[in-house]
Amino acid sequence: MSTVTIDKAGPTRKVKYGSMSRDRTWALRWSYFFLTLFAIFSLTPPFYMLITSLKGSAEISAATNPWWVHQPTLENYVQLLTSNQFLRFFWNSAWVSIIVVTITMLISVPAAFALARMKFWGSATLATGVFLTYLIPDSLLFIPLFKMFAVFGDWTGIQLVNRWYVLLFIYPTLTVPFCTWIMIGYFASIPKELDEAAIIDGASWFQTLTRIFIPVALPGLIAATIFAFTVSWAQFLYPLVFTTSTDQLVLPVGIITTLIKGDVFNWGQIMTGALLGAAPPLIIYAFLMDYYIAGLTAGATKG
Amino acid sequence: MVDVAFQPNRAAAAQSGRRRVGLRNALRRKSMSAFLMTLPLILLIAVLVIYPAFYSLHLATLNKAMTKFVGFGNFEFLFKRDTFWLVVKQSCIFAISAVVFKALIGFIVAHFVHNVPANKQRKWRGMLLVPWVIPPAMSTLAWLWLFDPSYSAFNYTLSFFGIGPIPWTGDAMWARFSVILVNVWYGAPFFMIMYLAALKSVPEQLYEAAAIDGANWWQRIWYVTLPMMRNIIAITTLFSLIVTFANFDIVRILTAGGPLDHTHIFATWAFRVGIEGSDIPLGASVSLFMVPILAVAAIFILRDITKRGNES
Repeated sequence: MSTVTIDKAGPTRKVKYGSMSRDRTWALRWSYFFLTLFAIFSLTPPFYMLITSLKGSAEISAATNPWWVHQPTLENYVQLLTSNQFLRFFWNSAWVSIIVVTITMLISVPAAFALARMKFWGSATLATGVFLTYLIPDSLLFIPLFKMFAVFGDWTGIQLVNRWYVLLFIYPTLTVPFCTWIMIGYFASIPKELDEAAIIDGASWFQTLTRIFIPVALPGLIAATIFAFTVSWAQFLYPLVFTTSTDQLVLPVGIITTLIKGDVFNWGQIMTGALLGAAPPLIIYAFLMDYYIAGLTAGATKG
Repeated sequence: MVDVAFQPNRAAAAQSGRRRVGLRNALRRKSMSAFLMTLPLILLIAVLVIYPAFYSLHLATLNKAMTKFVGFGNFEFLFKRDTFWLVVKQSCIFAISAVVFKALIGFIVAHFVHNVPANKQRKWRGMLLVPWVIPPAMSTLAWLWLFDPSYSAFNYTLSFFGIGPIPWTGDAMWARFSVILVNVWYGAPFFMIMYLAALKSVPEQLYEAAAIDGANWWQRIWYVTLPMMRNIIAITTLFSLIVTFANFDIVRILTAGGPLDHTHIFATWAFRVGIEGSDIPLGASVSLFMVPILAVAAIFILRDITKRGNES
């Protein structure tokens, strides 16, 4: 019995050695094949956005192949980029995102520093609490927040609902917890000797933060900034709830409420607007892909 | 604590001059400055997250005009409505099937990217992550156009195979399929990137050892890859479950809950009832139904994270 199995094992083993590399080549070919399929699936909507944005309205309603543009025209881009309304949306979005990023960094970096290094009463609980806050979605809070700001307006006479700057108060609830959380991770990975040396040399806590922690954890800071920017730029539910006048809208809501008029869809312009709205995150992603991915994976791998 | 530890050294510290004094002062100021540094964070969370969460509970007990306390009246009203049960059903179908497909596709694609030579991985990863980078509100508009009833580019392509036209957003079943498809398209890259990071952290020797022991590819995945990635898979899935369950953008733009409320999930229906129908208490009650699922997922995530914290 045993001799038979050994006899059998001998030749199969030899064949296997030859087939190993062949298996690998085939595995590689299959990988490329499926990756191409998935890449097509991933890139179809953005590609179609681009194709449609280059079409005139006559070509969009024509019965030609929708996947290709026969008479490319920039008229949609010209119309949108010369429309004051669209530029207003763009500026509103840009201002909101930039200010929110600043507020987020000003709140979360010192807090992360304190939570990572200056162990004080309740600091561990607070760090966990920050992470839990990150798990509370916007769709749970939009109704009470809307009512809160309405009541606040009634009480104080300061009307915040339907003003673009109300978003400056609300967006940090989405960005600050996550940014604090990943900055805690980055700060905690800095060797303790570094800040102990600084303190012995007479540096204050503030100097330790600005001279040592921020420069050393700069990659984390960039990742957090990118995260805060993309979240504020992409946010759709809060501006939809809180702003209604066309001069107060941010880009995503502006495109959807002004370019879709009843049942009339001006698809050329909608796709152009959508592409322009997708451009800032895509540009950031193209240039800072590694930081972007670091921020994405930090939430689960740090901490 | 630290201050107390320094007490016995006080005499020595005084002798060794200003440096020690500086250190002690810094430590003495520590808790105060730490508190000041976290104060904005605490205020933000308390005022704009914790308070509204409890305020939502209060709102849910009021009548539509918000003048009278009705206790569980809103909930009783919801339980009697067919639309509510439709929303519960659709939320579960939507979240569970979307997360399962995202996890599966992400796992498979991550393996394919991992198979490719290292110098080419960057390019593929870059292309495959694009759906996650585009703001979902913008990309859903592209899907809406791809699903257009009369000019659908998909139906155009499918017509060459003799299929269709498919009512992507017009028919209840197809609309359910479409919102899930768009959500999978948007979310699968996130899983891919997380799994790819996890795959890279699995030591190559384990695979070599498994290969020497004669394990086939399936056994390598089942006995090496999956156990090593278990933690990341659990966290990513639970996290995605929360985000998908609370999704708003995709359903709102693609179908706005239609046809006939068949694709409404909690968030979109809460918006329809609470903001568009200006029945804020009822809307708050609807969104509160998300809490149990979110809480369960959050507890599991937290358990995993603290477990990992203890291990390290």
